Amino acid sequence: MSGKSLIRRIDWLSIFFYVLLVFIGWINIYSTTLGESGGSLFDFSTLYGKQFFFIGVSVLAVFFILFIETGFFERFASIFYLVSIVLLIGLFLFGKKIGGATSWYGLGFFNLQPSELAKMTTALAVAKYLSDIQTDIRKRKDQIYAVLIIVLPAILVIPQPDPGSALVYFSLFFVLFREGLPLFYLIIPLILIALFVTTLMFGTVWVTIGLVALAVLVFSFKKNTVKIPLLPVFIGIVISILFSLSANFVFENVFEQRHRDRFSLWLRLEKDEAKLEQISKTIGYNTYQSEKAIESGGFFGKGFLEGTRTKGDFVPAQHTDYIFSSVGEEWGFVGTATVVIIFTLFFLRLVVLAERQKNDFGRMYGYGVISILFIHYVINIGMVIGLLPTIGIPLPFFSYGGSGLLFFTILLFVFLKLDSNRLKEGI
Amino acid sequence: MKKLLLSSIIIIIGVTFMGRLSYLQLFSFSPNQILEDPAIKKVYDYPERGYIYDRNGELLVGNQPAYDVMVIPREVQPLDTLSFCNLLGIEKSDFVSKMKKARIYSPRLPSVLVPQLSKEDYARLQEKMRHFDGFYIQKRSLRFYDTSSAANVLGYISEVNERDLQANPYYVAGELKGRTGVEKQYEDILRGRKGVKHIQKDRFNRDIGAYKEGKLDTLPEQGKEVQLTLDKALQEYGEQLMHGKRGGIVALEPSTGEILSMISGPTYDPSLLVGRKRSANYTKLHYDSIAKPTWDRSILAEPSPGSPFKALNALVGLQEGVIDSKTKFTCYNGFYVGNKKRGCHCGGGVRNMNSGIFRSCNAYFAGTFRKIFGKYQTTDEGIRVWENHMRSFGLGNYLGTDIPTGRPGRIPGEAFYDKWYGNGSWASSTIISNSIGQGEVAATPLQLANMTAAIANRGYFFTPHIIKRIGGSNTIDSKFTEIRYTTIDKEHFEPVIEGMTNVYKYGTAKWIRIPEIQIAGKTGTVENFTRIDGERVQLTDHSVFVAFAPVENPKIAIAVYIENGYYGARYAGHIASLMIEKYIKGNVTRKDLEKKMLEKTLEHEYAKPFSGKPFKINEYEW
Repeated sequence: MSGKSLIRRIDWLSIFFYVLLVFIGWINIYSTTLGESGGSLFDFSTLYGKQFFFIGVSVLAVFFILFIETGFFERFASIFYLVSIVLLIGLFLFGKKIGGATSWYGLGFFNLQPSELAKMTTALAVAKYLSDIQTDIRKRKDQIYAVLIIVLPAILVIPQPDPGSALVYFSLFFVLFREGLPLFYLIIPLILIALFVTTLMFGTVWVTIGLVALAVLVFSFKKNTVKIPLLPVFIGIVISILFSLSANFVFENVFEQRHRDRFSLWLRLEKDEAKLEQISKTIGYNTYQSEKAIESGGFFGKGFLEGTRTKGDFVPAQHTDYIFSSVGEEWGFVGTATVVIIFTLFFLRLVVLAERQKNDFGRMYGYGVISILFIHYVINIGMVIGLLPTIGIPLPFFSYGGSGLLFFTILLFVFLKLDSNRLKEGI
Repeated sequence: MKKLLLSSIIIIIGVTFMGRLSYLQLFSFSPNQILEDPAIKKVYDYPERGYIYDRNGELLVGNQPAYDVMVIPREVQPLDTLSFCNLLGIEKSDFVSKMKKARIYSPRLPSVLVPQLSKEDYARLQEKMRHFDGFYIQKRSLRFYDTSSAANVLGYISEVNERDLQANPYYVAGELKGRTGVEKQYEDILRGRKGVKHIQKDRFNRDIGAYKEGKLDTLPEQGKEVQLTLDKALQEYGEQLMHGKRGGIVALEPSTGEILSMISGPTYDPSLLVGRKRSANYTKLHYDSIAKPTWDRSILAEPSPGSPFKALNALVGLQEGVIDSKTKFTCYNGFYVGNKKRGCHCGGGVRNMNSGIFRSCNAYFAGTFRKIFGKYQTTDEGIRVWENHMRSFGLGNYLGTDIPTGRPGRIPGEAFYDKWYGNGSWASSTIISNSIGQGEVAATPLQLANMTAAIANRGYFFTPHIIKRIGGSNTIDSKFTEIRYTTIDKEHFEPVIEGMTNVYKYGTAKWIRIPEIQIAGKTGTVENFTRIDGERVQLTDHSVFVAFAPVENPKIAIAVYIENGYYGARYAGHIASLMIEKYIKGNVTRKDLEKKMLEKTLEHEYAKPFSGKPFKINEYEW
């Protein structure tokens, strides 16, 4: 294939969004890490200098990917997947502990985090398996295999502990839903989560009353033409109540205190104001500081390099997981809204790209990429603005971290490469 | 459906995020949050508080350095605690508990270990301090009083409280603020404006440079010095004379309304409210509910004015044209209200204005009072006219001085008596006591002095004030330089002043004349009562005296009010006479009189109602 035709075929709009996010991200990394050293813009001893170096590395990686033959990823998907699973298992023996999690291989000059790699290879594996001509997602057996491909790495990373990555694997369920996995699989967990949360907030008694009231309401307003069988509803309610009871039990006896505290804070379970305050100053310190920093930005923000809380390093990990709080403080609502809009448009654009793929593998991998990026974005920003409990996970293209940037870039550009070849493959 | 699932979730999440962000950044945002921003620390640079001088440029209040021993717990190295405590002059247990407190407050920030060292301690410590890491000495500025008098006039400063902080955003916890007197009234001028530096902090509260390169920082503005109208020598002299007596003295310069001295007895040394013993002293003064040293009697006490008030009734009579200086009333050692006789000590006989005043004849003024009311169809109209005249002398209302406290006194009017007696059930005879300054009228010593100044000026006065110069400028509030006219025409004053001059020549004060100085004055003897076990008990009369001198071109107008000092010429008259001489001549020639006044106290009078035994009042010997 010729370079010229590649330039015409590649999706420049996606690249535009990508460049924009990396650029804005780096600007904010510059602002958050400037205080620690006052060197030149590209001084590699500084964090923003290092990040700049990794942006360069990522650009090289992009060229490399664009010149690899398209079929390579599809062909070797299973092997990649197996290798990553082996690497994940190997962590139990040879893992290096960094920041409380045994998620790394120390390679001397570089620390490799196999769970990052596994995100991409799992996406590839799911796409590969589902696009196989013999696979039918409507069959129970294939459903189980597909789910196993996703759940296996998740189970392996949970003990590290790395719950964030585990959630990322589960996001690949979006690919399954797109390919026809009944929504039943989405609705049931959602109902269970809702039951769990409402039980914690209101207690089993009120949940029971609510469910019965809901059932009575539905039956009293139903039209005569619609028949709702009484027995399954009854069984459903009984199961729900049992689940609600077990939720309490799990919360009190299986969860550790730190988990309980996080829930207490998130759902405002603790009624004692002083205790809640205490929790929010300790466990919730990050969230508290980041909310305050964002709030203090107001509409227009304090201006580039003018964020007082950013400069004072009040928000921990503000150049990595909490980078968005610095956007909020220095650029205000204008900045945060812009970033949210860019991400949203970017994701929608990628959905469009995925849907226009002529071959199933491309579409499925595309969905995998979107799911992975999207779940990072939801959990990260949700955590920073105080909507979700604290789960350490970076904001794609934005947060400081060389391997993270490189990984997200490769993940994305493999898809863009597939997309650029979609017509060729179709012929 | 399955194609749209992810897209719709993306959009829903986007909208949710935008909602949460607008809640945080648009609704919760408050623009003055720089005040609460933990990342910005304000460091203040305090200017020196302005000095206070008297009318002759004598220093009254200055500043003195004080030294606090500070500690930064984290920087403290192991030390010989015992020798360090000996050096500081504190107990070891005290040291340990203070160190603990400091560490709890903050290991990284300085706390006060020993406040306000004396200069001597400081000199001793200074050399050895460098051997103790983590400790240092911080200089502060405290008020220094170059006089032991005028405490109530000067006022004191103390740390701002919660209420001050809410009322005025200028103040920050720990700052000082004028609480009473001049310190309060001229707080803004004396205080100056503190400079502020904004320092960017990190989360460990360490400085990491100036915020916005110091664009918001300001330099301190020096406090201005203030010159008062007070005469330091006269003030100090007056307070010495008040030794052992309760009451108030106010002296004014009639031609300007400047307050020459304002004395309340008992008083206290203003230095008591400075330094390490401040709060113990304050408690002692504040809770002395019998002598009330912090209650400024010169402006807060509202006794009946007594006989000096007769001069005003004479003036009103003349102005209304119901009497002239020749008009005579006969005194039957008293006068009759209906069938009831009211007494008089003037000796009886026919009285005209001159002798009525200098002999202080009650019958004469009762007659004048009746005539004033007789001029009008109704009592209501009469009292309206009378009240209006009285109020024009600055009585019955706040004078509008620059002393931050005060009382209005009372000139009873129509509404007052309608409420007191019922509408239509009172007449001039009912309220006849007002003619001789008893009854319902009440005035503070300041009001009496001002009334005297208005007589001295023959019909006008200036609002009394304590301020003379601010900084280098002579301009003071224009309300203090505006003439306030009374309702009495100038020509009516001469006969009254003649009577008041004769008070010294032939009358109730002839024993306390001052050689070479012509004084016009009026004595007052005010009956007063207290309650002991719910029973109304009469106490020894209050001694009141007002005077101005010289009669022509007066330099000083004075009012003296001495609680339970018996008749007017006794304590009040003596003190007034000595004060006038002191002010006009610079020193006192009548040393016997002076010695007597400096030594005599009225403590035995004040003890009477608390003795629990029956007691005599108005004892003649003294």
